[in-house]
Amino acid sequence: MALLEANDIHTFYGAIHALKGITVTVDKGEIVTLIGANGAGKTTILNTISGILHPRQGTITLDGEPIHELPAHSIVTRGVSQSPEGRRVFGRLSVAENLEMGAFTRKDKEGIKRDLEHVYELFPRLKERRKQLAGTLSGGEQQMLAMGRALMASPRLLLLDEPSMGLAPILVDLIFDTIKEINAEGVTVLLVEQNALMALSIAHRAYVLETGSIVLSGTGQELLDDPEVMKAYLGMD
Amino acid sequence: MLKNLRRRVSGTTIAMWVIGAILLIVVIVGTVRTLLIGKYTGADWTDLIVYGISQGSIYALIALGYTMVYGILRMINFAHGDIFMAGAFIGYFVASYFDQTGFLEQNLVLSLIFVTLVAAFTAAAMAVVLERIAYRPLRRAPRLVPLITAIGASFFIEYAFLGLFGSGIKGYPEPEALKGRVSIFGVEILKTQLIVIVAAVVMLIALWYFVQRTKMGKAIQAVSEDKDAAALMGINVDRSIMITFLVGGALAGAAGVLYALLFRQVYFFMGFFPGLKAFTAAVLGGIGNIAGAMVGGLFLGIAESLFPNLVLDGLGIPAPYQLKDALAFFLLVLVLIFRPTGILGERLATKKA
Ligand SMILES: Nc1ncnc2c1ncn2[C@@H]1O[C@H](COP(=O)(O)OP(=O)(O)OP(=O)(O)O)[C@@H](O)[C@H]1O
Ligand SMILES: [Mg+2]
Repeated sequence: MALLEANDIHTFYGAIHALKGITVTVDKGEIVTLIGANGAGKTTILNTISGILHPRQGTITLDGEPIHELPAHSIVTRGVSQSPEGRRVFGRLSVAENLEMGAFTRKDKEGIKRDLEHVYELFPRLKERRKQLAGTLSGGEQQMLAMGRALMASPRLLLLDEPSMGLAPILVDLIFDTIKEINAEGVTVLLVEQNALMALSIAHRAYVLETGSIVLSGTGQELLDDPEVMKAYLGMD
Repeated sequence: MLKNLRRRVSGTTIAMWVIGAILLIVVIVGTVRTLLIGKYTGADWTDLIVYGISQGSIYALIALGYTMVYGILRMINFAHGDIFMAGAFIGYFVASYFDQTGFLEQNLVLSLIFVTLVAAFTAAAMAVVLERIAYRPLRRAPRLVPLITAIGASFFIEYAFLGLFGSGIKGYPEPEALKGRVSIFGVEILKTQLIVIVAAVVMLIALWYFVQRTKMGKAIQAVSEDKDAAALMGINVDRSIMITFLVGGALAGAAGVLYALLFRQVYFFMGFFPGLKAFTAAVLGGIGNIAGAMVGGLFLGIAESLFPNLVLDGLGIPAPYQLKDALAFFLLVLVLIFRPTGILGERLATKKA
């Protein structure tokens, strides 16, 4: 059984029909990526899975259990966490406090401590700056914090919304290496990216999204080899 | 460079500087003349300052409720002053009951604590109910809507108390042990003022600890900053908002009892002015800012108590003390003109690089 199954999801913003019947599955242990142009509905999919938005039609199951009617905070309890688009760190809290908020739903003190150490291992920069207010971090550091914060929930499924946005190439590499590392440790990842080339090269499978519908899917390699995808999303001929 | 300077110094800026300078001169002249005339003794001044601190710490307690609710919902809970009144009222019933049974005189400390707890608890419950039935359904409405609802809720609570308990002024019991003064570091302080200051400081410290050090307190800060991001952390946003109202209500309820200790009377409309003053204090300190509410409250209390005699007296204004309310709101206008973000207003611009 798939870890996550979104079945024929329709999500609306008022009268705007943003997702028009999306079906996506993510198996345990995979990295799955969603690519598509601006406004295609990638963020809307992640927010519908996270419970920030609720589908008007369709179902989402996690390990076979429906989650699409649950409030956002109880979806985190079930093991799905998200690093949102634009980082959204809590600027007036310190780095350490942001990470503490990531673990908000957890009670296992030992496990939290272990995961905190682990996040500091993945991003030593965060450890150096743990007392600094998150609002005063650089963009790259904020991105590390947003990812670390999502990891602090000890998720089974990690949703990442454009983790490489606005970062220098070196940092982009670091972020993608980290995603692979996290995945190798057993965390399933659903990744939304503008940087389609990088995303496809680390993803097991991928979906291509266009104005609220899925138009293509396949393994990362298949899409990389597809001349249409190359042209439309990677700007190559 | 020069062009830049000229663009920055506009006509209004100059006018503001001139007004500011004139006000400053008036304040200095008034103060110097008052002190030269020497009508008041050192003891008079310490009395005024201590009175100002006790009044100001009550403002601070109420202001916290305004500022925390504003921080988390971006709305002014205008019924907050009436929550304070309700606390004072409930405290009155418990205190008079203790008075009749003689418990009050026998176990003064215990009774005071119990009266304060009951008042805080009831006020907190009222604030939570208010949020649940009057504000939560309007959370997505335009900002003016909950504001109008809050004013309606304020009238509702006032007239409910008027209907239930009448319009008369009720006097808090006055235990013998609370009359008179004690000497602290050589300063003679009214016992009631001392109790008010100590109790308020304890509550302010407790609140500070709650907001800055506990997980729930930090969650409230997170929700205040970004509700969706907080929800993505697994924080229950509705519950955090409820707890904010609960804490703000409890502080206001306790402040009601402290206020009654100073002034010994309660009536249905008593929440209006302290509420307005506390709101002023919250704006003075920078609305949404917790330390600001504390500083703003103390500042307003001391300013209100000290300035009329210190500044206005020297300017030859008769009965300056009658002007203390006008002065409080004049201060509000000044702060809004010269420093719209308040004394401790948001200095940290959240970097969205
Ligand atoms: N809060 C909102 N209210 C109304 N419409 C919205 C809202 N958020 C998104 N939309 C619309 O829904 C569609 C999908 O938006 P979404 O943010 O999911 O796109 P995206 O694929 O994440 O784009 P990007 O790559 O720019 O982040 C867009 O047409 C957008 O205009
Ligand atoms: Mg997006």
